[in-house]
Amino acid sequence: MQVLYGRHQVRVFRFGLRLVRDEQIAEDLISEVFLDVWRQAGKFEGRSAVSTWLLAITRFKALSALRRRKDAELEDEAANAIEDTSDNPEVAVTKKNTGDALRKCLTALSAEHREIIDLVYYHEKSVEEVAEIVGIPENTVKTRLFYARKKLAELLKAAGVERGWP
Amino acid sequence: MMALSKKMLERDPSDIEMLLPWHAAGTLNARDARRVEEALARDPELARQHAVIREEYAETINLNETLGAPSARAMQKLFAAIDAEPERKASVLSKLSARFSGFFASLSPRTLAWSASLGALALLLQAGVIGAVLMKNQGSTFQTASLSMNDPLTRDLGAGAASAPPRALVRFAEDAKVSEINALLASYQASIVDARGGLFRLQFGDRAMSKDEVASLMSKLQGEKIVNLAVAAN
Repeated sequence: MQVLYGRHQVRVFRFGLRLVRDEQIAEDLISEVFLDVWRQAGKFEGRSAVSTWLLAITRFKALSALRRRKDAELEDEAANAIEDTSDNPEVAVTKKNTGDALRKCLTALSAEHREIIDLVYYHEKSVEEVAEIVGIPENTVKTRLFYARKKLAELLKAAGVERGWP
Repeated sequence: MMALSKKMLERDPSDIEMLLPWHAAGTLNARDARRVEEALARDPELARQHAVIREEYAETINLNETLGAPSARAMQKLFAAIDAEPERKASVLSKLSARFSGFFASLSPRTLAWSASLGALALLLQAGVIGAVLMKNQGSTFQTASLSMNDPLTRDLGAGAASAPPRALVRFAEDAKVSEINALLASYQASIVDARGGLFRLQFGDRAMSKDEVASLMSKLQGEKIVNLAVAAN
């Protein structure tokens, strides 16, 4: 368990943190995730990568944690459309630095869009693996990422950054 | 050009267009990767979108790498909770052990090679890594992994320490030959530090470089025919 934890804790933590946006909650999440792994190890059938299994559990726990939070803006329906109001890309972004702008706008995406972008780009998950983690059909995975990227482009445009697409 | 791009967004995206992010991340199977390569070669608009996606890809990694790591508190909490769990049946524990052993065995062939042939490590590692990634690019289910079993899996893309030689994450073209990659490594005095998911972490020379030198190196590297992606990394 220590090896498994040592190897996957950072990625599980970062995936959880991007969803719940609270370090304390993200740390609690990883303890819960690995405890579940300990309890449910017998159910892991090796059909998917361990990292895929871990991310699926993390996602489920993150969404549950969001639902538990009392903050009005983080209630059930809002959990899928979180906007970071403290970091308005229009204000914070300079046209000169596309990298900074991109990172700010990636933070400003909804939870649903952040999640899919992170899974594909950072966690290197295939279409099939994302479908398994998020629990949606593969075609929906593809279209959701396309529209997440489209939203990202809109945010960048609003921040004054033109990248040549769209 | 802008009007054309807007038109692309107004209609439903094509299947190839929707696969571009996975192509940039190197996680497509060989068949789809080939379809995307062919489409990119004949459609400049698609190629432009692909370049934009590579920026998104690099910045998503950068953003995630700034998020830090969990504190020791999380681990203490976990292991305290495990200690408090009722005793497990032997069969469950052995199943757990077998499953994870199997997983690590399948994930880390290079690690196995390491322990089996330490003497030939330097030579074998480079060839093994190249072969492994090429195999992956050609649709094998083989996956590379970090050499250290205890190191967390992360994807550093930030600037390296000022006193260390520069490093970069590099993805080679799908049709790059081992001999071409070896020639490139030699011409850049580069060595492979590790590889994962089709990305090589390369180290250049043995001296630190200024920011401008690193930027110039990345730009030159990005211009190489067999390099699909090159970004500065730790």
